[in-house]
Amino acid sequence: MFKDPAPRLSPEQLEKNFADINPPLTPAQALEEGSRCLFCHDAPCIKACPTEIDVPQFIRQILTGNMRGSARTILQANILGHSCARVCPTSVLCEGACVLNGQGKKPVEIGKLQRYAVDPVIANGTQLFKPGSANGYKVALIGGGPASLACAAELRKLGYETVIFDANPQPGGLNTYGIAAYKMRAHDVQKEIEMVRALGVEIRSATAVGRDISLAQLEREFDAIFLGIGLGATDDLHIPGEELEGCRDALSFIEETKSKNFADVQIAKRIAVIGGGNTAIDVVTAARRLGAEEVYMIYRRGPAEMSAFEYEYELAKKDMVVFWWQALPVRIIDDGHGRAAALECVRTEKGPADARGRASFVPVPGTEFQLEVGMVVKALGQKRKTDFLQQIVKLELKNGCIVVDATTMRTSNPKYFAGGDCVNGGGEVVDAVAHGKKAAAGIHQALEVQKGRRAHAGSQY
Amino acid sequence: MPDLSINFCGVRSPNPFWLASGPPTNTAYQVMRAFDAGWGGAVWKTIGEPIINTASRYGSIDLKNERMMGLNNIELISDRPIDVNLREIAEVKKRFPQHTVVASLMVESKRETWHDIVRRTEDSGADMLELNFGCPHGMSERGMGAAVGQVPEYATMITGWVKEVARTPVIVKLTPNVTDIAHMAAAAKAGGADAVSLVNTFNSLVSVDLDTYAPRPSVAGLGSHGGYCGPAVKPIALHMVSAVAKHPKVNIPISGIGGIGNWRDAVEFMLLGATSVQVCTAAMHYGFRIVRDMIDGLENYLEDKGLNSAMQLVGKSVPRIEDWGNLDLNYKIVAKIDEEKCIGCNLCYIACEDGAHQCIRVEERPRGDLRHGVILKHVPHVLEDECVGCNLCALVCPVPDCITMVQVDTGRAHMSWRQLQEARGKSPQCSMEELLARSKSSGI
Repeated sequence: MFKDPAPRLSPEQLEKNFADINPPLTPAQALEEGSRCLFCHDAPCIKACPTEIDVPQFIRQILTGNMRGSARTILQANILGHSCARVCPTSVLCEGACVLNGQGKKPVEIGKLQRYAVDPVIANGTQLFKPGSANGYKVALIGGGPASLACAAELRKLGYETVIFDANPQPGGLNTYGIAAYKMRAHDVQKEIEMVRALGVEIRSATAVGRDISLAQLEREFDAIFLGIGLGATDDLHIPGEELEGCRDALSFIEETKSKNFADVQIAKRIAVIGGGNTAIDVVTAARRLGAEEVYMIYRRGPAEMSAFEYEYELAKKDMVVFWWQALPVRIIDDGHGRAAALECVRTEKGPADARGRASFVPVPGTEFQLEVGMVVKALGQKRKTDFLQQIVKLELKNGCIVVDATTMRTSNPKYFAGGDCVNGGGEVVDAVAHGKKAAAGIHQALEVQKGRRAHAGSQY
Repeated sequence: MPDLSINFCGVRSPNPFWLASGPPTNTAYQVMRAFDAGWGGAVWKTIGEPIINTASRYGSIDLKNERMMGLNNIELISDRPIDVNLREIAEVKKRFPQHTVVASLMVESKRETWHDIVRRTEDSGADMLELNFGCPHGMSERGMGAAVGQVPEYATMITGWVKEVARTPVIVKLTPNVTDIAHMAAAAKAGGADAVSLVNTFNSLVSVDLDTYAPRPSVAGLGSHGGYCGPAVKPIALHMVSAVAKHPKVNIPISGIGGIGNWRDAVEFMLLGATSVQVCTAAMHYGFRIVRDMIDGLENYLEDKGLNSAMQLVGKSVPRIEDWGNLDLNYKIVAKIDEEKCIGCNLCYIACEDGAHQCIRVEERPRGDLRHGVILKHVPHVLEDECVGCNLCALVCPVPDCITMVQVDTGRAHMSWRQLQEARGKSPQCSMEELLARSKSSGI
């Protein structure tokens, strides 16, 4: 338990606090918003979408009342279009590219329109796609996150037998466990995954490769293997007191808010969150919603250097989070009972540029200060799963990320393809989906196109 | 302050804005509300032997989220007794003596019946009569409305009957559902009409319900063709008004009708020959209060133009309506895209490429997003030598004044198709080769 737990909020209040920050559009709103789309030729919104969703087309389909067609336009480009509609950083993707920005107007709310188009299909379980006729090839996908789901869905459409091996109890990866609850709930993700499953994708949950099944077995039984394993645990602070009760990592904290009732998530009255990325924002906003009274965001650099998106920063500001810029944690102080009582930080100043040309921030001796907090959350980025990846022969890694051919997503081991966070070191859901799609095309090229079909024509999976 | 009042066949109206005969002018209550709001006149909903109306009556088309771009109705003339309507007209005239009240009439095609209704109506104090020769549905099947307005001889004859007894000016309201509306205007004039009003509604079937297969408006699952009006018909009405204004055998005042919703629309009708304008759909959509800006806007417009009377607008653009054959084939304009204003939607490109003359070029847009600092404004460019000056790109461009059509001095003399024919002394019929040779020698 924390030294100073936050007062308990009622379940109703918690539910209200975590209500969807982007409630769905009504038909009238969708019509009005959709009418703003100019139907650009060679539209920039398509070019800014990693999965190249034909945005003007799906909006036009909403306007003509062709709702199923609209959903199909989205989902055939991006099978996780339902999640992406809610979690995509649209202001730097499709909406950031909208030509209306150039006229000083608000961009078309593409994300909300996409959600409007896809929600009914997901809610009704409408199956828009059919598996291809079996071609006799089998592909194993390691990791149950967006990259694997997208890759498997594409492969099923092409007639491949696909099995996803996922260590977690629920599939979806960070889509299920890592998205702030006010953006998307875990059960929303599961309905979307049902659509993938209905294509014939087999998902073996709670099955860790290397523990429950060996890599060697997968290599024997499958014609290709896709690595969509994501990243590992949160990086450590490497400061004294990190082992104290009340100090934890961001991902497990978010996961708790997604897999438990909000009332069952423990929270201190005062919290320090360390990091300047989108995950740090997810933590501070969740902490406030759970009832924490004072939430500090501690970042060693300044607001300009923060990797969190502008609109995420705005969210945190609205939640009255206190930002400590240019502050570096030094140690966590024990309350005498093995619990965190305070976080000691030191101020930093701009130093010489680092190897990547980014200004470094160095501690200024004598500027130490303490924040009285019962909980310290590390949101520092994630470790690479190097130990696992090194078990694969001839798999080339760079900075712990898998090296792939950018077109086919094939790794240096020809049997393996890869995509998602384990390749790009941490990106958006939509990037993972784009990787999965590319990898499916790469696998198809390597197997059926080059070697021919293995099953006799007409046989169905 | 410019004078908005008009003189229509000797009747003075405080302004040119009248409500057209229709649902908004069904009762004294409505007309008085309209006059209080500022309307200069009203044409009463057509009076005749009472009829029974259906439910439903109206259907419309929307354009994206713009409602009622076009309105269709299967409503008939007044469903109230003649004497009630006439009593109410008298009451309105008593309370608003300066406002113009026009009684719209439609009765059986019998001389005595027309004489009788004209006398009774004039006794009520109406300033003018409008003969409804235009209603395209319901009444035409009974030998009235458009059934009269579509046969020039009938129109002349019935107008003549009315003129035998009428003491007030007689306006004939024309149907657009004819081949040449100016011919019908001339027929009305031949019968003695003092003025014409146009257009009445267009024959229409506004839409079909995709689920029930029933046309709209539906009456217990069935429908019937109706009359179409509203913003969508304005360009057709403008043409018809101008055609009547130009016709040498007409030359009587025109009251313009068809899709007028604001002062700009009204000015266009007046420039093309209308002395007064009549509004119905816009009032049905937004209420009588729209007239406030019509009055204010017209005043400001006249002031900006240095005109002191609305009457000075009437027919100002008529001389600019020419036969196609007299247009200068040597006049050349090309599209210019303002690179600063362009937002890169490429609509001009695709419109020109697929829908016009393939004179705009643009590179394919590269992939990229703001995360990687890619903000690409993709500006198309015009192949000026290829541009035929059709305007399409400027029409589709969503940015005001981004694409302008700029005149290019060809240094060539005015040469119309007619001049070309006359210069050659040949018939308009010629082979393609000959045509090309002729245009080349004329520098076209």
